[in-house]
Amino acid sequence: MRNEEVASKIFRLELAGEIPQLAAGSFVEVSVGGMYLRRPISVCESVPGKVTLVYKVVGKGTTQMTKLVRNDVVNCLLQLGNGFQIPESSRKALLVGGGIGTAPLYQLAVELRKKGVFTTFIAGFANQSEIFYQKEFENICDKTYYATMDGSFGHQGLVTELLPECDYDYFYACGPTPMLKAVTAAIATDGQLSLEERMGCGFGICMGCSLMTAHGAKRICKDGPVFRKEELVW
Amino acid sequence: MVDLSVNLCGVTLQNPVIPASGTFGFGAEMAEIYDLNVLGSISVKGTTFEPRFGNPTPRIAECPDGLLNSVGLQNPGAKVVAEEEIPNLRKHFHQPIIGNVCGFSLDDYRACCETVATEVEIVELNISCPNVHNGGMAFGTTPDGAASVVKAVREVCPRPLIVKLSPNVGDIVSIAKACEEAGADGLTLINTMLGMRIDIRRRKPVLARKMGGFSGPAIFPVALRMVYQVSKACRIPVVGCGGVASAEDVIEMMMAGATAVQVGSENLRNPFVCKQIVENLPSVMNELKINKLSEIIGIIE
Ligand SMILES: Cc1cc2nc3c(=O)[nH]c(=O)nc-3n(C[C@H](O)[C@H](O)[C@H](O)COP(=O)(O)OP(=O)(O)OC[C@H]3O[C@@H](n4cnc5c(N)ncnc54)[C@H](O)[C@@H]3O)c2cc1C
Ligand SMILES: Cc1cc2nc3c(=O)[nH]c(=O)nc-3n(C[C@H](O)[C@H](O)[C@H](O)COP(=O)(O)O)c2cc1C
Ligand code: FES
Repeated sequence: MRNEEVASKIFRLELAGEIPQLAAGSFVEVSVGGMYLRRPISVCESVPGKVTLVYKVVGKGTTQMTKLVRNDVVNCLLQLGNGFQIPESSRKALLVGGGIGTAPLYQLAVELRKKGVFTTFIAGFANQSEIFYQKEFENICDKTYYATMDGSFGHQGLVTELLPECDYDYFYACGPTPMLKAVTAAIATDGQLSLEERMGCGFGICMGCSLMTAHGAKRICKDGPVFRKEELVW
Repeated sequence: MVDLSVNLCGVTLQNPVIPASGTFGFGAEMAEIYDLNVLGSISVKGTTFEPRFGNPTPRIAECPDGLLNSVGLQNPGAKVVAEEEIPNLRKHFHQPIIGNVCGFSLDDYRACCETVATEVEIVELNISCPNVHNGGMAFGTTPDGAASVVKAVREVCPRPLIVKLSPNVGDIVSIAKACEEAGADGLTLINTMLGMRIDIRRRKPVLARKMGGFSGPAIFPVALRMVYQVSKACRIPVVGCGGVASAEDVIEMMMAGATAVQVGSENLRNPFVCKQIVENLPSVMNELKINKLSEIIGIIE
């Protein structure tokens, strides 16, 4: 196990064990000492036997997670959520990430590369100090662009302002809700978006994370977290 | 061999361990995780006559040793529960099933019970949900209100009727007695306690509905106390519920007076907990020199 700070308040946690290949866009529920509920964290990178999570320190649980050290045993529920589905028809993908929401897009970029899909990655951050996995995305995507609110790196402004530069026939997005809404409004093609909600169980039994969609009530943890654009009714 | 079986209102359960309503869905997701047939019974998600989406999110707030929920009885409605969800659960589960019936008026409770009751072995009447306006708990907080709904449902209920009570009351014993006199066959104690959390950074309540039901290990002593008081005052069996997380907790609840025990919140953080409790009970019984679990029910004077 490794647990290291890769950007300001952003940690990369590598877990090893009896872990199958986990789907891009699926998540794990991490049990944190002293906290009653588990913390949902997306799969950032996965190979059999190993999973990498990237998390931002925002409260008690994620602060506690930074204290994990080598050989600590972490109890996780794996293979939660549906994950991204890559449509066969799409040849040019756009990945849109906002802040820590870029984490699950990495495993997706790996899978798109395997399928030979031309991939453009655009990401928005508050400032340069929060950017993580820049090299990794540059290595695996055909094009990468950044926007920061303060202009400390890449384009100054919103990630949606980068859209005109991109060539794509399908999109995938993960980030804060206002960003997802702006992206949905600005992009004409079909796509998939990964959502967040406070969770009780994380595996579909408590109805804590419900979302009303065009196809009725869905659970973000079990029927999502990834939804197709046309399902969302915001 | 130790004997785990108990008799709940004339229904024999192979053991007293029952997942609590709202913390096990309708069993379908759990059946993918383990073989449910190790359980004594299952209390399925609270059901209303009409389908309900429930309250806005966030519906979950973490607390020390527990959580708040304000789900608000999200369910597909009595018809779908009776015709699809329970038959689907029967494919995986060959033990008695408890239907959890909720409503907003006497007629609503009766209609829901009539639709669901014939599909289950036991009906659990929820007059204690704190998460819906003018429903459930409005009936459960006075002896007269509780008696009126029990009487109304009793007439149309062909199954043993267990009434699930709210702890958000001054005198639990008087409400329990009113239910017994109105014809209840048993009581479940307790539903969640009304609670609240605030996000001090955003200066807003964590839950969209502001308040929600508090559950988890933190409420175990309160549940145990109410099980004790009520089982001493009533003749009908009591199902203990609230904060149960281990085989030891089950035994403690039974010593306090519970005939069977429900496990709620713990399922959310440890999906295997009910199975583990059933597996651990025999060794804990051996250690405590208990041969027959039903013998310890209410042994505390
Ligand atoms: C499907 C999914 C995937 C996620 N993936 C990642 C990821 O890859 N990296 C990452 O840094 N974060 C991710 N998050 C958000 C992460 O779960 C929260 O930041 C984390 O739970 C906060 O815990 P805390 O104890 O530090 O915060 P606190 O505010 O102290 O937590 C209190 C409670 O609220 C919950 N909570 C707080 N914020 C969120 C939130 N944004 N979403 C859901 N629950 C929340 C906590 O789980 C906990 O139950 C994801 C959330 C979801 C739903
Ligand atoms: C997410 C959630 C949903 C619940 N839904 C119901 C319900 O539909 N009907 C009901 O009678 N009780 C419901 N409850 C209450 C539980 O069945 C139980 O009475 C309570 O949580 C106390 O037990 P616990 O501490 O073991 O969780 C719910 C509890 C939780 C946490
Ligand atoms: S968090 Fe329990 S159903 Fe989604």
